[in-house]
Amino acid sequence: MKQLPTDLKSDSRESLLDETLKDELPAQGMNRRSFLKISSIAGAGFLLNFSLAENVAADSLSQESTLNAYISIDNDGSILIYSKIPEIGQGIKTAMPMIIAEELDADWRHVNVEQAATNTKLYGRQIAGGSRSISHAWDVMRRAGATARLMLVQAAANKWDVSVKECSSQDSKVFHRKTNREVSYGDLANAAAQLPVPAESEVTLKAREDYKLLGKRVTGVDNHAVVTGQPLFGIDQTLPGMLYAVYEKCPAIGGTINSVSADTNIDEIRQLAGVKHVFVLEGNGNPKELMPGVAIVATSTWAAFQAKKQLKINWNESKASKDSWSNLLTQAKALQEKALQKQSGDFTMFEKGDVEAAQESSGKVIDSLYSFHFVAHATLEPQNSTAWYQDGAVEIWAPTQSPGPAPATVAHALGLSKDKVTVHPTRSGGGFGRRLVNDPLCEAAAISRHINGPVKLQWTREDDMTHDFYRCGGFQAFKAGLDASGKIGFWDDHSITFTPDEKKPHIGGPRHEMRYVEFPSQLVPNFRYSRPSLLLKTPCGLWRAPGSHTHAWVVQSFLHELSIAAGKDHLEFLLEIMGEPTWLPPKTLYGLNTGRAADVIKLAAAKAGWGKQLPEGRSLGLAFHFSHAGHFAEVAEVSVSQSKKLRVHKVTVAADIGLVINLSGAENQCQGAVIDGLSTMLGLEITMENGRIQQSNFDTYPLLRMHQAPQVEVHFIQSDNHPTGTGEPALPPLAPAVCNAIYMATGHRIRTLPIIKEGFTV
Amino acid sequence: MSDFQLTINGRAYPVEDVDVSTPLLWVLRDTLGLVGTKYGCGIAQCGACTVHSDGVPIRSCSVPAISLVGKEIRTIEGLAEKDGTLHALQQAWIDFDVPQCGYCQAGQIMSAAVLLENKPSPSDKDIDDAMAGNYCRCGTYIRIKAAIHAAANKISEDGDKV
Repeated sequence: MKQLPTDLKSDSRESLLDETLKDELPAQGMNRRSFLKISSIAGAGFLLNFSLAENVAADSLSQESTLNAYISIDNDGSILIYSKIPEIGQGIKTAMPMIIAEELDADWRHVNVEQAATNTKLYGRQIAGGSRSISHAWDVMRRAGATARLMLVQAAANKWDVSVKECSSQDSKVFHRKTNREVSYGDLANAAAQLPVPAESEVTLKAREDYKLLGKRVTGVDNHAVVTGQPLFGIDQTLPGMLYAVYEKCPAIGGTINSVSADTNIDEIRQLAGVKHVFVLEGNGNPKELMPGVAIVATSTWAAFQAKKQLKINWNESKASKDSWSNLLTQAKALQEKALQKQSGDFTMFEKGDVEAAQESSGKVIDSLYSFHFVAHATLEPQNSTAWYQDGAVEIWAPTQSPGPAPATVAHALGLSKDKVTVHPTRSGGGFGRRLVNDPLCEAAAISRHINGPVKLQWTREDDMTHDFYRCGGFQAFKAGLDASGKIGFWDDHSITFTPDEKKPHIGGPRHEMRYVEFPSQLVPNFRYSRPSLLLKTPCGLWRAPGSHTHAWVVQSFLHELSIAAGKDHLEFLLEIMGEPTWLPPKTLYGLNTGRAADVIKLAAAKAGWGKQLPEGRSLGLAFHFSHAGHFAEVAEVSVSQSKKLRVHKVTVAADIGLVINLSGAENQCQGAVIDGLSTMLGLEITMENGRIQQSNFDTYPLLRMHQAPQVEVHFIQSDNHPTGTGEPALPPLAPAVCNAIYMATGHRIRTLPIIKEGFTV
Repeated sequence: MSDFQLTINGRAYPVEDVDVSTPLLWVLRDTLGLVGTKYGCGIAQCGACTVHSDGVPIRSCSVPAISLVGKEIRTIEGLAEKDGTLHALQQAWIDFDVPQCGYCQAGQIMSAAVLLENKPSPSDKDIDDAMAGNYCRCGTYIRIKAAIHAAANKISEDGDKV
C-alpha cells in the first residue's frame, strides 16, 4: 500500500469560532484543542458542532482551512447533518454527510441533509471549486462522526452501568450483546448531550475494511425533490411582492452608456406593458462585480425579456473590447514564426538542463504546433439571483459556487459593509467554474436597492453565453528530441497565451506558472518553457479542470507523436516515462505519483483490451493526466469513416482518487466528465469579433446529445490514500485519448480543437 | 392582456392579465408557481422546459400559453400519483442516481414518459430518438438511458401482475 508522504500531515491553526459560539462554550469538561461543542437543542436532542483545524492541501485555494459543521440527533432518531459546500451537481451534499454517517454508525435512511448557511467564521471555506471539498473535509468529518458515536455509546454504557468496551453500535443504535440489550440514538440523545466531549486520543477511526456506507452506491439526497420538480434552484426562488428584472450590458466588454443620447430609448421602454422600472446603473467597472448597464424591472420574466429585446442603447465603446479572434490567430502565427527564427525575444519562464545543447545531440527531433479554442460554461440554469434590499442591508438567494466570498464582493460593489450582506446558496443548475464569479449577485442587489424592493434578476441564455468568463484558448508549440534508445532527451515548450493587461496572463489557458511543475517537465532532463502573451480584453476564468484540460490534450497528444516517432507501443512508452514509483514535486497530495500513474494506465489499457484486433477504421487511443490530486487514464475506442465522420464507441476510465466515498457519485462524475470533455472537443467554440462574442445560444453552441454519447466504463483503484475529488480530474485525459485513437485509425494528427476545424464531423 | 383558463395536472387554473405572447413556461413559473419546469434556452433547443400537451411532449418556452386552452397539460409536478407514489421513471431516476445538478431532469423525465406511453419496450435507438431534444449539460445520458429501460421493465412487470 502506498502511503502519503509525511509532509501531508495537517498542521493546526487557530479555529475561527464565532464570538457568539465562544460565549456558549461550556466552561468545564470541554476539550479546547478539538474545538468541539455540544448542546441540547431547545431542550431535546443532541447537537454537535465541530471545527477541527485542518490543513491538508498547500496552495492558494486552501487558505481558509478551518472546517465546521453540525450534527444533530433528535429524540425521534432522525439525524440532521449540515452540508457547508454548495451543491452544483458534484454530489458533495451526499458525499460529505456519508463520511460523518459512516463513523457515527448512523442509519442512513434516517439521515437528513440541509444546506448550511453562509458563514465562513463558522464553516471556513465555502467554495465548490478545485475538486477539494472531500480532501479538505475527510479527517474533520470522520472525527466528528466518530466523536459523536463515542458519546452516544458512553451514554448507553452509563445507562446500563457497563463498560464502553462491551458496547457496539450499528444503524443508529447501541448494543450490549452480552445482555441482549439495545437502545436507539434518539433515546440516548439527551444523555449524550450532557457528556463532556472526549479527548481526541480517545476517539478511534474505522479501518477501511469495516466501512458499511463508504464506497457503496448511495443515491443523491435531493434526488426525490429533483424528480418531483421541487423549488431547489436559484431560478425557483420567490419573495412576496417580488418583481422580475433583466440587465442589459454592452456586448463588447468595457463599454459605457450614452444615456442622454437620442438613440437610447429608455423612455419608450418605460411605457411597455408590465414594465415597472427602467434605469441605468453606472457600476464600478469590474466585470466580476458590476458593469454599467440598463436594468428593466417588470411584472414577469416574459415582460422583462420582451422589453429587453426592444431596448436600444447607444454604447460608448471608446474603451471597450475590440477583440478579434481572426486577428489574434494571425498575430499568434506571426509570433510563432518569429520564435522559430529566434527573433521574438526571450520569453523563457523556466529552464532546466540545457535544451540547446541537448537539441544538438538528439537523434530525432519532432515539432508540432497545437491550438485550442475558447469555450463557455453554458450551465443549463442561466445566471440569476434573487435579492431584497431593505433598510441598508441586502439578502440574496443565489445559485453560487462561491457563497463564502460573496458578501464581501457584493458589499464592495454596492459600497456597503460586509455585515450588511447575507447570501443564501441554493442548489445550482451546473457550475463548471462559472458560478465562482458572483457578478449576478451584485447586479440583483444593486437593482433591488434601486427599486427598494424584492427582485429576481434573470439572465437570458444569450446574456449567459455572451457575458461569461471563458475558458481561455491558446497555442502551444512543442519541440522534443529522442535519443538513440527512443527516450526523450529534451522538451521545448513555447506557448502563446492571452493577457488582459500585459502583466499576467489570463488564468486557465496555457500553463503560466514560473515554477514549472507540470508533467512531463519533472521527468525530462532538459526542459524549457517560454511564453509570450497577446492582449485580450474578453474576460476569461476557471472552467472545469482549469489549465489541465487543455494541457492534457497538448502534452498527451505530443507524447503520442513521440512514441510513434520512436516506433514504440504507446502503453509501453508511457510506462517507460513513469519509470520507478516516486512522488514528483510538489511532493504532496497535489503532486503526481508515478507508481499510481502507471497503475491506472495499465488498468485502463487492460480493461479496454489494449492490443486487441479491431476492424479497419476503428482504433484505441490512450492518455493519462494527473490533476486535482487525481490520477486518471482513459482509453477511447473510435471509428472514423472515409468522409471523416467520427464515432466514439466507448471510453474506459481508470482512476485513483484514493478511497472512493460514494461509488455512484464518483462514477457519475467520471461518466459526465467524459461526455463534457467530448462535447467540448468536438464542435463547441466561442469566437469574438469587434469585442462581441459570436455565439449566443445552443443553436450556435450545440452541446453533445444522447445519441452521440459513448459507453463509459469506470474502474477505480482504491487504497488508503487520502480521498480526493472527482469533479474535475476525469475530464482532461478524454480529448487526447480520442485524438490519439483518431490518429491510429486514420493517420491524421489533430492539432486544432475543436476537431470540426480539421474537417471531422460527428 | 388576456384572461383564460388552463387545465394542468387535472386541475383548472385561471390565468389572469397575461400578455397573449407569453409562453406556457413563464405562465407556469411566474403566474402559477409551478417551477419544476425549467428555463434553459428559450428557443426549443435544450428541452429543459418539456411538458405534455394532450400526451405530446412540447417545449413550453416556445408555445404561447393561450394556444393551449382546452388541452390537458401535464408538468413534472403532476407525474406522480396523487398519493405521492412516484411514476416508474421517477423511481428509476432515484434508483440509478441519475441526476448530477438535476436542472434538466424534469424535462428528461417528461420526454421519457411520452416515449413509454407510445413504446412500452423501447430499444436504445428509440430512446436516442425520443430524447434527442433534451440536453444534459452534466452528461448523465448513460444513466438516463439505463433508467428508462429499467422503468419500462418495471411497468411491464407490474402490468403482467394485473
